[in-house]
Amino acid sequence: MDALNALLREVNSAEVLREVALVLGVLIGALSLGGGLTFVERRLLALWQDRYGPNRVGPFGLLQVVADTIKLFTKEDWTPPFADRFVFVVAPAIVIAATLMSFAVIPLAPGLVVADLNVGLLFFLGMSSLSVYSVALGGWSANSKYALLGGLRAAGQMVSYEVFMGLSLMGVVATTGSFSLGDIVEAQRRVWFCIPQCIGLVTFLIAGLAETRRIPFDLPEAEGELVAGFHTEYSGMKFGMFFLGEYVGVALVSALTVVLFFGGWLGPVLPPIVWFLGKTALLIALFILVRGALPRLRYDQLMRLGWKVLLPLSLANVVVTGAVILALRR
Amino acid sequence: MLSALRTLWSVFWHAFARRFTVQYPEQKRPLPPRFRGRIVLTRDPDGEERCVACYLCAAACPVDCIALQATEDEHGRRYPEFFRINFSRCIFCGFCEEACPTCAIQLTPDCELADYRRSSLVYEKADLLIGGPGKVHDYNFYRVAGVAIAEKDKGEAENELPPANVRRLMP
Repeated sequence: MDALNALLREVNSAEVLREVALVLGVLIGALSLGGGLTFVERRLLALWQDRYGPNRVGPFGLLQVVADTIKLFTKEDWTPPFADRFVFVVAPAIVIAATLMSFAVIPLAPGLVVADLNVGLLFFLGMSSLSVYSVALGGWSANSKYALLGGLRAAGQMVSYEVFMGLSLMGVVATTGSFSLGDIVEAQRRVWFCIPQCIGLVTFLIAGLAETRRIPFDLPEAEGELVAGFHTEYSGMKFGMFFLGEYVGVALVSALTVVLFFGGWLGPVLPPIVWFLGKTALLIALFILVRGALPRLRYDQLMRLGWKVLLPLSLANVVVTGAVILALRR
Repeated sequence: MLSALRTLWSVFWHAFARRFTVQYPEQKRPLPPRFRGRIVLTRDPDGEERCVACYLCAAACPVDCIALQATEDEHGRRYPEFFRINFSRCIFCGFCEEACPTCAIQLTPDCELADYRRSSLVYEKADLLIGGPGKVHDYNFYRVAGVAIAEKDKGEAENELPPANVRRLMP
């Protein structure tokens, strides 16, 4: 006990409090953003489809999120008797954990980052690969044919899109010379990377859509053919966690795109955090617009697009970026 | 790729298009006058009940939701002693309205019949009977029909000839 007290006295308590507040803020912020996005998405989709969407619960329907949450929590949380219990329960937790962990490395403003890792980008890529396990295991453990097909598709899709998701970012990394997201933002003071790395941006956005299993690439769910894909057998809050994981993932990919290609917190007049959040909100809206506009790809189209178009494109981008950097250095 | 971008663009501009949703309880679309909604029993232009309790509506009803009992008043006019429609069964097909020889039973443009208790969807004659003639303004069955009632004998109705003596040989 004395040793603990001594340790506590040694560390600066104000510093610790700030860190704890930051961690809790990012955690709660990300989770409530994910929850709120379910509502925002429905309203925005409705706006683009000439409807109103949920506007009855509370002012502008804002309390719809609360109503949905209450509904999910009071639903029967059923585990099918034929399922692999342990994996079935763990799978939805993985997706939430993996996406929330990635939020730790996202710099919200100068110095406002939970963990300023010098390999922040690699950490993100690793975490996004982990969420494949959630979907694949969720589909596998349910022991139902639709879930299994969804899980298989998810595994195939996410593994192949992972490849060039990493590659599409290498141009940014090469230009900056660092994997730290803070350094990458600082390197965009002169020009945002969306201009020199426009091919990287496009490929990363497409890969991000595929990684979050959003509509043109939502084959793992594909409610038209696979009932609900990998989460067919899930109900109650376990389903809710998959749902939340998807939306937190959308927020994550948008935030990361802002950091990597749109100058993160950089911008005139307004405080940095406002710039960051505003840009992220715009990108989230773009994600939702894509969902509202584009139809689902067929599986062979998906694979062809990934391996035959986007992978060579991002490879070429890496080669050209490297050549330009080399030429400028001479 | 290009077509995908064009789709995105045109969907984005729908943000400024008119929304088609009718915010129902606040805004209501006008229903056509011949809409088949809540059933009423009308009165003739003189203010008397039109229904002559002929049971044709009950017979025509495919779901048997109409129940009535015929009786006769001191003037010889038939009328229903009770008239009961179970709106939780009614399918609003309008067959009763078509079957009615006196234009008594009519369907109205009112579709808001939801209720918390089924028993309150059973409408009695007092609930069904309205004050006016409904969609048919001038029709009065007893004024044109060759049926004798207290104030009008046979042959006294509009466009009706005096009754022929069937035992005579002359036309």
